Amino acid sequence: MTKSIRGLALSALLGTTMFAGAAYADCGISAGKVSIIGNDFPAIHTVVNAAAGCATGAVEVKSNLTADHQKLNAPGMTANPAEYTSAVVASSSIVPLMSAGLIRPLDELIAAHGADIPKSQLITIDGKVMAVAFMANAQHLFYRKDLLEAAGVAAPATYDELLAAAEKIRAGGMATPFCSTYKAGWNLGEEFVNTYLGLGGDFFKPGTAEPAINNENGVAALELMKALTGYMSPDYLTFDSNIATAEYEAGNCALMTLWGSRAGALMDGKDSAPGVAENTVAAAAPSAGGNSFPATTLWWDGWTVATNISDEDAVATFLAMKAGTAPSILTADTMGQAVWLLDGYTPSPEAQGISASIAGGARPYPMEPYMGAMHTALGDNIADFLAGKEDAAQALADIEAAYVTAAKESGFLQ
Amino acid sequence: MKHKTFLWFILPSATAMLLFIALPIVSVLIQSVYAPHEQVIREVESCNVFGCTKSTIIDVEATRALSEGAPMGRFVGAGIFTDRSHLATDEIAEIWSASPGVGAFLSRVMNLPFYGALAFTLTYTAFVTPLSILLGFAIALSVNAIPRLLRGPAIFFSLLPMIVTPLVGALILFWMVDARGILGAVLQSMSGDPDLSIKASTPLMWIMLIVYGVWASAPFAFVVYYAGLQTVPQDTLESAMIDGATRWQRLRFVIIPHLLPLTTFLLLIKIMDNFRVFEPIVSFNAGAHAKSLSYFIYSDLSSTNQLLSSAAATSVLTILGIVVLLSPVIIRTWKSFGRTA
Amino acid sequence: MAARIADRRPFPLQALLVGLLILWLVIAAFPFLWTLWGSFKVEGDFFSKADWSNALTGPLTQVETGGSFTGQGYEGAWVLNEFWRAALNTLIVVVSVVTISLTFGTLGGYALARSGYRYVFWILIVALVFRAMPHVTLVSGYLLPFYQWNLWGHLPTAIIVLVAINQPFTLWMLTSFFQNIPKDLDESAMVDGCSRFQAFRLVIIPVMWPGVITTGLFSFLLAYNDFAVTAMLLNQENQTMIPKIASFLGTTQTKGNVMFAVSAVVSATAPLFVLVMFFQRQIVSGLTAGAVKG
Repeated sequence: MTKSIRGLALSALLGTTMFAGAAYADCGISAGKVSIIGNDFPAIHTVVNAAAGCATGAVEVKSNLTADHQKLNAPGMTANPAEYTSAVVASSSIVPLMSAGLIRPLDELIAAHGADIPKSQLITIDGKVMAVAFMANAQHLFYRKDLLEAAGVAAPATYDELLAAAEKIRAGGMATPFCSTYKAGWNLGEEFVNTYLGLGGDFFKPGTAEPAINNENGVAALELMKALTGYMSPDYLTFDSNIATAEYEAGNCALMTLWGSRAGALMDGKDSAPGVAENTVAAAAPSAGGNSFPATTLWWDGWTVATNISDEDAVATFLAMKAGTAPSILTADTMGQAVWLLDGYTPSPEAQGISASIAGGARPYPMEPYMGAMHTALGDNIADFLAGKEDAAQALADIEAAYVTAAKESGFLQ
Repeated sequence: MKHKTFLWFILPSATAMLLFIALPIVSVLIQSVYAPHEQVIREVESCNVFGCTKSTIIDVEATRALSEGAPMGRFVGAGIFTDRSHLATDEIAEIWSASPGVGAFLSRVMNLPFYGALAFTLTYTAFVTPLSILLGFAIALSVNAIPRLLRGPAIFFSLLPMIVTPLVGALILFWMVDARGILGAVLQSMSGDPDLSIKASTPLMWIMLIVYGVWASAPFAFVVYYAGLQTVPQDTLESAMIDGATRWQRLRFVIIPHLLPLTTFLLLIKIMDNFRVFEPIVSFNAGAHAKSLSYFIYSDLSSTNQLLSSAAATSVLTILGIVVLLSPVIIRTWKSFGRTA
Repeated sequence: MAARIADRRPFPLQALLVGLLILWLVIAAFPFLWTLWGSFKVEGDFFSKADWSNALTGPLTQVETGGSFTGQGYEGAWVLNEFWRAALNTLIVVVSVVTISLTFGTLGGYALARSGYRYVFWILIVALVFRAMPHVTLVSGYLLPFYQWNLWGHLPTAIIVLVAINQPFTLWMLTSFFQNIPKDLDESAMVDGCSRFQAFRLVIIPVMWPGVITTGLFSFLLAYNDFAVTAMLLNQENQTMIPKIASFLGTTQTKGNVMFAVSAVVSATAPLFVLVMFFQRQIVSGLTAGAVKG
């Protein structure tokens, strides 16, 4: 193996492997056990490796970072004492832990040990701090400025403009100018959530678990999604993030909505056809239905502290996670891993899409305890409509029926 | 064999199965007739980095108070089994009275998640089981016909579909059958349709899943048959030859009967595995076109809002479905067992 | 052993069988050979959405690495991500699962094959029903008790669970193999004064290898390829190969290193080739020997 290859591969992995060496010798922990569960991606590795720097003879820090974290965290924190003292969660995955009372309010710990954590990072629910956020994410628009210029269209700010742009680009010879993640299941459900909230809809009757999607906003969201599929590859129902990325990098589409956290990989020029990466621009998600805000949902990732652990372990966990998300973790290598919510973060061009979506006033992902059931019902029942097998009214009726069944079983509806 | 000796021999195996399979099955059975308690929700304000919104949360204390004294949850009897996500009895009755004809009735029943999934699961089982067993038998005969030295590599390459983890194997196949992939391009030029896309069409997706199923499970039938072929009694074959039996007659009257118990075994295992088809659907991102019962279980368990009772009920229905499908084979085994015992 | 008379075939039939075999081998091995070739390319080529022939010619591999082939995938998996740890864990799991499964299975299978009572049938049917249980449901049921009793995350836990899940299949398969071994063998040993266990140990074990090796092959493949159990029941330092490979694939929000996964899969297949080559002799010679005695 040549040296240059080793260097290249090493730098790609720097964030995940090298940080174990960055020691925060004194986190102020006297003793205790810290055990972190979370998803498996570079930004979380950075946080966990920095937290691991708190380990001493009396302080044990271990972690389990896996894509299955959502299935493991609840059972692991239900056990008493809990296997995991901290779960790194996102907007949606905090809900089941909170509903089951498995994570503790952090107010006392903040008062005693965390006065320096910026208020903006605190996730406050019903007046109690339940989590500390450290990064943000959202799906937003990527476009090829060279292709848009060639077609004589400006960067689209609304979905109407996007459809018009797609039509013009297609006239110029690109068969499938738009790419997105419409894979049946969670991805497709997420697309509907973005579009429907962007149109100003609400999923539930206020203060209840009664569904409220069978309305003109619901129909409009479905119709908009169907209009978009007209400009996508016929295989769109199998498109997840990996496939959309590959299509885009091969130069097969000019416009794409995708997760902002993938911007770095899209714009680094690796594995893409000539001309793609350097002409890619990250922008806010388009708005829909005449509204002024981007039609996307904002997500945060943050850390929590378990309920079923000793107070000593809770303090140790709090301090270790605080060290793990301290501004000092931001270095030249880690800066680009995420849109960090930490002091000292300077956004790169790749972060532009998320920042602009936040600034534009996009809505956060809903946190109702029954949103998970709604999301599943959406993901399972939209494909038939998009494929032309049923009309919008039937699709919305199916979604409501599926949701009501799940919500009744879970005890949210009678 | 004496009961006591028998017990000692079977004990390790039985203990492992009782602890790690029987107990979970019992808990699944219990789970399927209980649902979580009513959840007390209240409206609160939640604030994060993106601003403050009105939302609802579960009142943990009030909900816990409701579940005091009944830790299992609400007893719902067959309620989960008959709801819309499973057998959908009410919906079926309603559709029946509202449908003008059998065709309309069936198409509306197929729109119900459980029956749509059942249709795919049964189709898949009905095609993949016999086809993979036949293919495996043919491969076994062929491998048996080549020189001994070449058999090792032939066995290894035949096993490859089973060895390469479906996680990556199916990912690569998914890319190969893409409209721009190597197999997709070959299919397009064979059919003469440059727009042919397997992933966009439900019937083609079903066919592809079935072809994949046969490809992936033929090696299993092959190995079992190949081992079986080595035990065919040579003297019977030779005396049949002396009696003037043709090659076909020897296959038909000596070899196939000898392999019959193995075929029964393969049928049992393959029907069971195919009825639980799951991995190909996930690997081929085929959820829009084909769902199976196991896919529902997975989807219930991986949702943010885990539906444990629903997953338990679907699991119980899967087991029942398998028992029904296997019953002809089981009855046959019972009869043959009576003979040998 | 001389070629058997019954094995001689007329030429057209032989040609048909060989032709069929070649066709099958191409179908069976092609995706793997394609992967083997592609594992030396970069992701943009092997998983190209522009043109499948990029996987053969590798234009991006040329641009990014300066050569037609690259070992980046292998280097990334084995050196940077310490895939060998996962390989070692898999080795431990696989060897233990196969050994324990076969020990439990031969004892149980032998008893089931030799006892003439009706309950044997019901035990086999119950084992079959056990096997019908979807693995995802089983595994999600284990989580809470395992966490509560501190059993979660350790290799022995995953091993015993895999053994249990595998028992119904092992019992069924070995029972049918033992039924093919003539009863006279061990019964005459018992007439000579052996206990049941001695008869099993001295007479049956020497002739049971073909069935045991075939069954062992399937136990091996189950443990080796398992994802449902190992992904959910093992913690990170005990991770086996398949969950490790899954972790290379990335998440919805972040891109993974798919070529690491591809290279890992390819390199994990090589030892299996040796294994199959070694044991195929045992299957053939052993089984024939058993049949001759019968």
